[in-house]
Amino acid sequence: MTAVTIPPFERFYEAHRDEVLGFLRKRLGSNAAEDAFQETFLRALRGYGRLEHGLQLRAWVFTIASRVAIDELRRARPAGEPPEPATHDTRPAYAEIEHLAGNLPPTERAAVVLRYAYDLPYDDIAAALDSSPEAARQAASAGVRRLRLEELP
Amino acid sequence: MTVSHTLDAHFRAAASAEGLLDVAYDIVDSPLGPLFVATTQAGLCRVAYDATAEQEEERLARHFGLRVLRSPGALDGTRRELDEYFGGGRRSFDLPLDLRLAGEFSRTVLEQVRLVPYGELTTYGGLAAQAGRPRAARAVGTVMNRNPLPIVLPCHRVVGSTGKLVGYAGGLGRKEALLALEGGLLQNRTGP
Repeated sequence: MTAVTIPPFERFYEAHRDEVLGFLRKRLGSNAAEDAFQETFLRALRGYGRLEHGLQLRAWVFTIASRVAIDELRRARPAGEPPEPATHDTRPAYAEIEHLAGNLPPTERAAVVLRYAYDLPYDDIAAALDSSPEAARQAASAGVRRLRLEELP
Repeated sequence: MTVSHTLDAHFRAAASAEGLLDVAYDIVDSPLGPLFVATTQAGLCRVAYDATAEQEEERLARHFGLRVLRSPGALDGTRRELDEYFGGGRRSFDLPLDLRLAGEFSRTVLEQVRLVPYGELTTYGGLAAQAGRPRAARAVGTVMNRNPLPIVLPCHRVVGSTGKLVGYAGGLGRKEALLALEGGLLQNRTGP
């Protein structure tokens, strides 16, 4: 597979900003979405220099946006509510699952990470992958099947 | 869903304020047309006439890193000094400069160009001699043509040995306009 060149950040930002904002509005509402938007692209900037290729940048930024949205939803929970048990974050960290899914083809890997690490609905994964919800579902299950096969002794 | 101008501006400002950019750039209006101007953390690294933002972004990303973003606030000082210069109230630039887009020889020559005073002229050959390469007038011409910081590093003050303007990456009309602004054209130019 030939390496896909990573564009200058300006190109990446212009290509994805509108969709990312739309996604965050759907998850968080208009007001919270604006802060989350800024946070998403600041996090993307922090990681941008460490990217190794330009594949699936769209899925990558949607992954960051979902992480930011999850953080925001947790933060916005009313103060009176008892804190969740320490084990609440059983969702595998992106780094872990990315490693686990590292050998999958890019689309399957993105679908698996977005579905099982970030719990995104297939509509959102489809948006991230620029495909249909059905194709996103198939990519995620194909990825999981492949992972199971690889795990066999 | 379109990102509002305010939200977009906030992000661009925050990106620069948090020191996350390799290069911040903007397009600045000037009497000679829009100028593409870019800065690294070290200083001003690019001024370009008639620029295509995409091409400049690619080149800057190759040299300085991928985190290239239009972020007008980071160029406030540059914009102010250019405005003052074009208004006739500034004779030299105080901005820190980042000359990494130029090679070693180019840098030596560009440092010399920086010393040519406002409103005065020098020649390609004279500049070559000052840079320690008296026979390299032609090479100096090439360096001038590829000057990454025109206006700020005043390659418009460099002319042929007969006083002919010879050439300018931004076009001879602009070279003439800059020299006219500085009042250096009429006194020093010989011949038509």
